[in-house]
Amino acid sequence: MQKPIGAPKKGFSLSDPRVRGWVFQVITIAAVVALGWFLFDNTQTNLQHRGITSGFGFLDRSAGFGIAQHLIDYTESDTYARVFVIGLLNTLLVTVIGLVLATLLGFILGVARLSSNWMINKLATVYVETFRNIPPLLQILFWYFAVFLNLPGPRAAHGLFDMFYFSSRGLNMPAAIPAAGAWPFVIAVVVAIVAIVLMSRWATKRFEETGVPFHKFWAGLALLIVIPALSALLFGPPVHWEFAELKGFNFVGGWVLIPELLALTLALTIYTAAFIAEIVRSGIKSVSHGQTEAARSLGLRNGPTLRKVIIPQALRVIIPPLTSQYLNLAKNSSLAAGIGYPEMVSLFAGTVLNQTGQAIEVIAITMSVYLVISISISLLMNWYNKRIALIER
Amino acid sequence: MKMLKSTLAVISAATVLGVSSMAHAGATLDAIQKKGFVQCGVSDGLPGFSVPDASGKILGIDADVCRAVAAAVFGDATKVKFSQLNAKERFTALQSGEIDILSRNTTWTSSRDAGMGLMFTGVTYYDGVGFLANKKLGVKSAKELDGATICIQAGTTTELNVSDYFRANNLKYTPITFDTSDESAKSLESGRCDVLTSDKSQLYAQRSKLASPGDYVVLPETISKEPLGPVVRKGDEDWFSIVRWTLFAMLNAEEAGVTSKNVVELSTTTKNPDVARLLGADGEYGKDLKLPKDWVVQIVKQVGNYGEVFEKNLGKGTPLAIDRGLNALWTNGGIQYAPPVR
Repeated sequence: MQKPIGAPKKGFSLSDPRVRGWVFQVITIAAVVALGWFLFDNTQTNLQHRGITSGFGFLDRSAGFGIAQHLIDYTESDTYARVFVIGLLNTLLVTVIGLVLATLLGFILGVARLSSNWMINKLATVYVETFRNIPPLLQILFWYFAVFLNLPGPRAAHGLFDMFYFSSRGLNMPAAIPAAGAWPFVIAVVVAIVAIVLMSRWATKRFEETGVPFHKFWAGLALLIVIPALSALLFGPPVHWEFAELKGFNFVGGWVLIPELLALTLALTIYTAAFIAEIVRSGIKSVSHGQTEAARSLGLRNGPTLRKVIIPQALRVIIPPLTSQYLNLAKNSSLAAGIGYPEMVSLFAGTVLNQTGQAIEVIAITMSVYLVISISISLLMNWYNKRIALIER
Repeated sequence: MKMLKSTLAVISAATVLGVSSMAHAGATLDAIQKKGFVQCGVSDGLPGFSVPDASGKILGIDADVCRAVAAAVFGDATKVKFSQLNAKERFTALQSGEIDILSRNTTWTSSRDAGMGLMFTGVTYYDGVGFLANKKLGVKSAKELDGATICIQAGTTTELNVSDYFRANNLKYTPITFDTSDESAKSLESGRCDVLTSDKSQLYAQRSKLASPGDYVVLPETISKEPLGPVVRKGDEDWFSIVRWTLFAMLNAEEAGVTSKNVVELSTTTKNPDVARLLGADGEYGKDLKLPKDWVVQIVKQVGNYGEVFEKNLGKGTPLAIDRGLNALWTNGGIQYAPPVR
């Protein structure tokens, strides 16, 4: 009987493509592992021979320097490991705020560019073309040096209601110190959110079954305001305000948003929003015009058409490039080193690297962290993408 | 750009360390003689120490130390190439072999001398950390700086010393760190920070670069010891000795009264045995260091003795006008003291 062509031969033979395939894969993996081990081993030997300390023991050493903005408690005698965490939190702060603001601004601009109002259309176009084409570092430097640093000094600051002060030292605002009613307030907010979710589910179900609409948004807002307000009335105010006062060189008390943070967030938001605007525009244009015509013929006006028909379909085209822009924003936050914002690169891969001299370990840690942040953002966006993917017939 | 450079320096350090074979003593000197010049790491622009002039030539006492080393090794002080480095990339550049000697107003500390695979060869300039404040603040002493915002260069011993001083005196401060000294100076001028802190020599240098230097005053306190000197890699004793004895030669020349004007004449006609030994007229001391016989003559003739170099870069004729102070010779009330050549 003729053996069919391509049937697996008995035994181990290199002329069998499957065997060949996995022999070469094994050889390649062995070569890569060997190369990696050789580099690592050689580096260790050389570092030892040159007397350069290596290893991660430096993370337990006391830092000894001050940091301008730390979201968790920090004193100069804390360890380098804590400095790393502070830098990481500062990076995440800028990234999260930047992502939210850039998305909002980007969506508005993207839709504005498609508007039939000539003025809005042209303004959005000018914005996109200007801010897309200037390198982000220059934009950050501009906002910091040309705008925020040129504000008046603290002794001549602009005050708003004597509570908010805007000066070259940043935006000073009253600090919210948790008081007696703090915990009940938090619990009340959680209860309100649960109530909103339940209400929204009930309203959707009723709408699908009977077609009776419900003002989900206003009801939700009312719940969010009333329930915590009740808790504040019953248990006392959740916070008491500590006001910022000018004493000597600076404002004392209250919270301050340092100009480095403001400049960085503003610059990154404006820069990334320009890119997101174009992505949104292309997403909306990718939905066939027939959809808009069908929606019109059903009597839907512009707002509901956009919200309920166009954007859900446009999101499939928007999400993948949007993910890339989010990753860009997360990585561009490292440009903060140019203006002295104490985020991870300038604090850890800058000051700590220089103080300890252990460049390889520090840069390896920093790169891994950025990798983890970027992969997390990607995974999140991919999950969201799958969830809203259209099921085509 | 600076981020890119420092990251590249680190990656090249990692690669070089990963694939190079073990270094052996003498490797740097051989490599330098083969390539024909000394690669010297200097700062990105500090008047008096290492700053490019209008034509791009680097002037300053740190640059002159490198030129002196080149004069000793090659007999030609121009056989030097300079790399301008900021505070973050200076050590990785030296560790990776990108530069041969780091002469960049770097403070000599135990952790740098021991834990980084580097060695300090001597002290070019004895300095200390001080504060530069705007006269408008009306501050007369560093102890009045409670609550101030202070501009500091990132990754320097200044950051640590300022933090220690404020803690020891129970004062509060907010640090703003920058990569380069220029950025810190700009922030001081704009009012972002009340006070600029750095080694006192740098403060005088930075003040001379400001728009109206007369508006700023250097506060009287010196809060730390900052001995600034050249650095080389560990494991290379020949090169280490050459750099060390170049500086000592310049000090010995000033002590013996040998200047760039009279050195050539003195090298042949001197009757003073110390001078004769120093200038190579007597003995083979250059050979011990693997240098030519007239190495000190070349140093003093082409660059100058320590006093001349100090005057030219930091002295009364310059905008900095720094007093010799601690940096005077031990015979003149300072602490610059060189072991004898014999």
